[in-house]
Amino acid sequence: MMKKKFKMQDLDCAHCAAKMEDGIKKIDGVKDATISFMAQKLTIEADDDRFEEIMAKVAKVCSKIEPDCKIVM
Amino acid sequence: MTKKQKQMLLRIGVAFLLFFALKVFKEAEIIEGMEEFPKGFVIYLIPYFVIGWDILYKAARNICRGQVFDENFLMCIATFGAFGVGEYEEAVAVMLFYQVGEWFQSYAVNRSRASITELMDICPEYANVEIEGELRQVDPDDVEIGTVITVKPGERIPLDGIVVQGTTMIDTSALTGESVPRKAETGTEVISGCINGNGTIRVQVTKEFEDSTVSKILEMVENASSKKAKVENFITRFAKYYTPIVVCAAVLLAVIPPIVSGGSWGEWIQRACIFLVISCPCALVISVPLSFFGGIGAASKIGVLVKGSNYLEALADMETIVFDKTGTLTKGEFKVTKIFPEEKQDELLKLAYLAEKYSDHPIAQSIRDAYLERTGEKAEEKVEDAKEISGFGIQAVYRGKELLAGNEKLMKKFGIVCEQYEGAGTVVQIAWDGAFLGTIVISDTIKEGSKEAIRRLKQSGVKKTVMLTGDKKTAGETVARELGIDTVYTELLPGDKVEKVESLLEELKRGTSKEEKRAKLAFVGDGINDAPVLGRADVGIAMGSMGSDAAIEAADVVLMDDHTEKIAQVVGIARKTLRIVKQNIIFALAVKGLVLLLGAFGAANMWEAVFADVGVAVIAILNAMRALKIEKE
Repeated sequence: MMKKKFKMQDLDCAHCAAKMEDGIKKIDGVKDATISFMAQKLTIEADDDRFEEIMAKVAKVCSKIEPDCKIVM
Repeated sequence: MTKKQKQMLLRIGVAFLLFFALKVFKEAEIIEGMEEFPKGFVIYLIPYFVIGWDILYKAARNICRGQVFDENFLMCIATFGAFGVGEYEEAVAVMLFYQVGEWFQSYAVNRSRASITELMDICPEYANVEIEGELRQVDPDDVEIGTVITVKPGERIPLDGIVVQGTTMIDTSALTGESVPRKAETGTEVISGCINGNGTIRVQVTKEFEDSTVSKILEMVENASSKKAKVENFITRFAKYYTPIVVCAAVLLAVIPPIVSGGSWGEWIQRACIFLVISCPCALVISVPLSFFGGIGAASKIGVLVKGSNYLEALADMETIVFDKTGTLTKGEFKVTKIFPEEKQDELLKLAYLAEKYSDHPIAQSIRDAYLERTGEKAEEKVEDAKEISGFGIQAVYRGKELLAGNEKLMKKFGIVCEQYEGAGTVVQIAWDGAFLGTIVISDTIKEGSKEAIRRLKQSGVKKTVMLTGDKKTAGETVARELGIDTVYTELLPGDKVEKVESLLEELKRGTSKEEKRAKLAFVGDGINDAPVLGRADVGIAMGSMGSDAAIEAADVVLMDDHTEKIAQVVGIARKTLRIVKQNIIFALAVKGLVLLLGAFGAANMWEAVFADVGVAVIAILNAMRALKIEKE
């Protein structure tokens, strides 16, 4: 398990942040995820050896919900 | 203002001018037939696209990606509806109003975000390290333990360490909220995040950057928003159901009445559009976490770190507060507090000093300190044959005669009759040449603010104050009485404290009413050996004691400067935050509910609907920002 934090750019909608959080939690291999709308940060805890693969999925989930929002890797 | 916001503002301006121009043309009848299709339709499409093209684009893009019910889509449907029924002007106005609201909302969120992050702006950017005789700025992350760094006047101390050279005054206000600077000289421990005052100091680093106080605090604050309060979770769940329900209601409203009663389709579609505009739960979803974020920010402004909104929520409902005595209400340092008989104070203290001269017992240390403080010099007279009798005291020879300093058992052993002392503290009886001379009492001293802290907590409505201590019954009760504490449990072993807190918790939550069930218990400790108790209580409050990691980690709330008076202040902040949250929820739901109702009966127009959406969100955000403000006492 690995815990990491990412900055989220242009996260403009609090409701979307909640939706993204939900979506990310459902990704296989993700133990926990929180998105702080106020801090514009994503904290994710996921499988260490599949981390990159998981992050790719995370980015996909986020861009589906709010295409303008970018995760700074 | 961000670049994006500036661009948007420009667009709003242009669209508004166009809209205004069209209105003038229409009123002055310069262009005729502006309410007719297709002429009016085409004309009004110009300002509509200027203000709303991005909404249309986003809606289309999101539908392609399977995100149907987002705000953009809803706005499109609503405005298309208005165009469909020939209300061209209204369609443009609604889109314009919506964008103004959105802009204001993003501006307000950005502002409050900035003011909160400003509070957290304690992260040092560099450390000055001497490399090859030259002072260079390096990343604090790269500085190793033991390195000596230089901190110039006005700079932020980058790492925890000990001053090895120089004296200065240090401004700790960013961490503790304390405005009076602290003095630091050689040997003083300094912590990262504070600002150096007037003098240059050289500091030997004792912790790596990631273990330093500043990193710990920043991490904590960042994680704070992940521990959500019950209200926050409720709102998230509510939002999940709210939107689909309102959208379904809108569809039903558009379809059923015209079929059943044969009314006009346009009329009912317009009403349905009102529903769609109101269906976004944004006001709630933004303002609730924003209020908590503000509350946590306000607490950190006064030097209290709250680790999550759930703890803020718990603090607002706190009814019982349990204090550990030593180190929390008292200083945890033992000092000579009484010497009697009074006329012999100097002599007694000198004799005690001489007897305890070579002892390393903490009691001996406090006697020596008291003597030095009183006379300003060491007593040089000789004592011979000083012997420590473990569990009794000291026997020595002074001026050829026997000197005794110890407890009552020691006096008894040597057949000396002494006065009994009944108060709190440790007693040292002094006898010389077979005669009892007097008593010295050493006790823990109460912290200056403790009494005030208890008084303020009671004033704020905390129902029960409890003190736990390992001290003897008389000692503990004396302290409790002095502080005005309701209940005291004495002679407890560390393990007993957990049990006591558990039974208090049970007692507190035995009630059946909703309020009684919600009541919370807080435990306040110095965090050194009460980590299990801190964990057991609803809210564990610890003394940060300027860099005790154990305390910072174990607790839910950390008092950075160990001032217990601030607990009452934080309870005040917590209650205010919760009040704001409730106001926002009730306000938003009431306005939305009302407009939905009016809309269903055809009494509300699109303007009111947009107000119920963005207008309410903006008001709720402004209200939420109040949580950040601290009321002066």
